Amino acid sequence: MKRRWNWPIWVGFVFVLGGLFSYGFFARFPIARDFPWANLLLFGIGGALLFVGLFRAFGRPQLYRGKIVGTILTAIALFLFAFFSYEIFYVLRQVPPSTGAPRVGQKAPEFTLLDQNEKPITLAALLSGSKAAVLIFYRGFW
Amino acid sequence: MRSFQQRLPNFNARGIRVIGISVDRPEINKRQSQKLGYTFPLLSDPQAGLIRRYGVLHSGAGPKGADIARPAEFLIDSSGVVRWVNLTENIAVRARPEQVLDASNQFGPVGR
Repeated sequence: MKRRWNWPIWVGFVFVLGGLFSYGFFARFPIARDFPWANLLLFGIGGALLFVGLFRAFGRPQLYRGKIVGTILTAIALFLFAFFSYEIFYVLRQVPPSTGAPRVGQKAPEFTLLDQNEKPITLAALLSGSKAAVLIFYRGFW
Repeated sequence: MRSFQQRLPNFNARGIRVIGISVDRPEINKRQSQKLGYTFPLLSDPQAGLIRRYGVLHSGAGPKGADIARPAEFLIDSSGVVRWVNLTENIAVRARPEQVLDASNQFGPVGR
């Protein structure tokens, strides 16, 4: 008898890939970036499907295929999840201390920098006629 | 910064200027502003001199080990005094515009 296609293995693996590669999309929304629950949900669904697929492949091998491919894809999925977790829960938290940053109540350092049109902008000019200015330091796009 | 662009009318209404600062060169800032639809200024600090003076350097974290800024937000009042600071401990977690607007409520009435 021809054994059946073990679809949860493949669909589960696609969910795991989705969990990894959708980070750039979900990171656009602060609610999904502060904690990557959307990505972890995709990893979780993928993991559950892979587990079901492996259970079928090894539990009823006369009915379902996928012992070898299921093992390989599950190993890859585990590696991808470990990589994602390492990046999200370790690398992103390696922020150096900012001991020299001006504190609340201190004078903010004056500056002159070029804007996107190569026009020099000073802090004094930004503050004149305004109530306040919020300076957002970011890593850059390079 | 996308969320700050979305809330820019609220900042404008309160007379609060929104400014982005990074090591990116002006031409990159121009391209990014156009691509992402940012209408507030992006300032260029390619040697990270100002980033150092604000104590927000992340040395060696940029391309080819270049020095860049770590994410940080400062709210400065019209007399040049820092009124609120946010120094994140996670690169992915940035200040929300609502936090800055709330902080701005705590000093003086809107406008001058």
